[in-house]
Amino acid sequence: MSIITATPEITYKVPRRRHPAMQFVATQPLGAASLVFIVMLFLAGVFADFVVPYDPLTLDYEAMLAAPSAEHWLGTDAFGRDVFSRIIFGARTALAVGLLSSFLGSTIGAAIGVASAHFGGRVDLAIQGFMDVLLSFPIIVLALAVVAMLGKRLVGGIDVNLILAIAIPMMPRVERVVRSSALAIREMAYIDAARAAGYGNMRIIFRHMAPNVVAPYLIMFTAFMAQAILLEASLSFLGLGVTEPTAAWGLMLSGTSQEFYSQAPWMIIFPGVAISLAVFSFNLFGDSLRDYLDPRLKV
Amino acid sequence: MLRYTIHRALLMIPTLLGVAVLVFVLLRLMPGDIVEMRFLLEGGQVSPETLAAERARLGLDKEIWWQFYDWMTGIFVGDFGISMWTGRPVIGEIATRLELSMQVAIMATVLATMLALPLGTIAALYKDSWIDRLIQVFAIAGLAVPSFWLGMLIILGLLLNFNWIPPLTFTPIYEDPAKNLSQLIWPALAVGYRYMAVAARMTRSTILEVLQEDYIRTARAKGLYERLVVGRHAMRNAMLPVITVIGLEFAFLIGGLVVTEQVFNLNGIGKLFVDTVTRADYTMVQALVMLVAVFFILINFAVDLLYAVFDPRIRYN
Repeated sequence: MSIITATPEITYKVPRRRHPAMQFVATQPLGAASLVFIVMLFLAGVFADFVVPYDPLTLDYEAMLAAPSAEHWLGTDAFGRDVFSRIIFGARTALAVGLLSSFLGSTIGAAIGVASAHFGGRVDLAIQGFMDVLLSFPIIVLALAVVAMLGKRLVGGIDVNLILAIAIPMMPRVERVVRSSALAIREMAYIDAARAAGYGNMRIIFRHMAPNVVAPYLIMFTAFMAQAILLEASLSFLGLGVTEPTAAWGLMLSGTSQEFYSQAPWMIIFPGVAISLAVFSFNLFGDSLRDYLDPRLKV
Repeated sequence: MLRYTIHRALLMIPTLLGVAVLVFVLLRLMPGDIVEMRFLLEGGQVSPETLAAERARLGLDKEIWWQFYDWMTGIFVGDFGISMWTGRPVIGEIATRLELSMQVAIMATVLATMLALPLGTIAALYKDSWIDRLIQVFAIAGLAVPSFWLGMLIILGLLLNFNWIPPLTFTPIYEDPAKNLSQLIWPALAVGYRYMAVAARMTRSTILEVLQEDYIRTARAKGLYERLVVGRHAMRNAMLPVITVIGLEFAFLIGGLVVTEQVFNLNGIGKLFVDTVTRADYTMVQALVMLVAVFFILINFAVDLLYAVFDPRIRYN
């Protein structure tokens, strides 16, 4: 006993470890910058009512097609609605639809992917067969078909079927990536240990496998945020997504803008810039998240 | 190789059948069929007998599996049915529009590939320099800019600068190439930008990967000109993933056209799809979706075969 207490205190240098968030900022400055922009976009969307100078729905026939000025920063549309205010409210629409649909699509996709890898054999074969069918459609073709077939169903001001239509084409794409990561994990010794300990399938899938595919899941989730915003804009532009009078970026590019945009180019320029910037920053953030978490992952 | 080809080809059959079933069933889940829609459009009261007679004429009164059977057997003899909306054969309606869409798609591919390969290679060779950054920003912007908005900007730019807009009617290229190109080059540019971006990013990353290989070091060590190291050793080995992306994106192009054709008022496959999907024109939607899916699956097939040719390990797996 006395020998142990006499042990001299060992001093060694602990390697300085930065907080993971700081590490991300240091190694991925562009990613951090895009994250800042995304956060601002979210704040603008959530607090849109306090940010905007005008109500996005109020018609003002005195100020139809007004050019950008001190009063209307980005001009007005054919109904005299303030373009800036509609873009801010459009951010709310884009982010709500984007967040819900990519959350739904990537979560269901990831769950199926992990389950498919875990069960293997016939179950895996059947699931992959079905995913192959869904993957045989370009994203927008499948989304359009789903939207046309389901029609509109509003729950709390949000078109649930639109969200489904965007989530469904994403689901098999996430599933593929997560499944391939999960297949590698399935061979790990700790999964065998869990099975030997008599744990059930659910427990193994959710407690042992799922936490290890968080990286590809997060990467796919942010990548599909960008896709979802683009898809929502495309569908709304075609008149099959968000409909008037709700403010949505894609919608601002359709309808009367099509007739008047040679006289009032600001009607189409600024909403398009908003779409591009939002998609750009989510793509950039997704890329840096991938480089940070798992550089080998191919998305 | 033959064994692998046959095996891979057989794998397409269940997928295609699945696509057919899925489309068929989903369409019929849609509330209200085309008969109701068409008569509602005309307004006025329609007796149930008229509706029933019209349904019988279109074959919609039969049991669903009989309808499916009729459709499938029709496809095998090249009969895709008659459009429930226009009353003309589906195949003819599609053929007239396919010419336009295919031309735009091919032009976009050529433009994109011609730009993407040199840009991606330059970016990889000058990694982390300002020129690499510039190309990367240009490429990542291509993923963010919606092609339909780019199309609108192109039209706006032409209108404001030259007071000219592209012709609105389609002229086949063999009749008047100048007029044809002056109409279709713009949508090709609009959808080609994204395509170029994807291919350029892929080129950059694969060339960077290949440049790490031992045989590149060997080539340099034996004093080979850098031009040959890159042109002969690196480029050739980097092409496979790039070709894959070009193939897959070609199929996606059809999707991009769905929206962009609206902007340029082009009467192509994409516009036809948007028009018919909202009209519940079962025969037309079925044929179009099958067309796109077959196209997509065949391209995947071709890409897989290409991989097997270049990488023999795949064949034996």
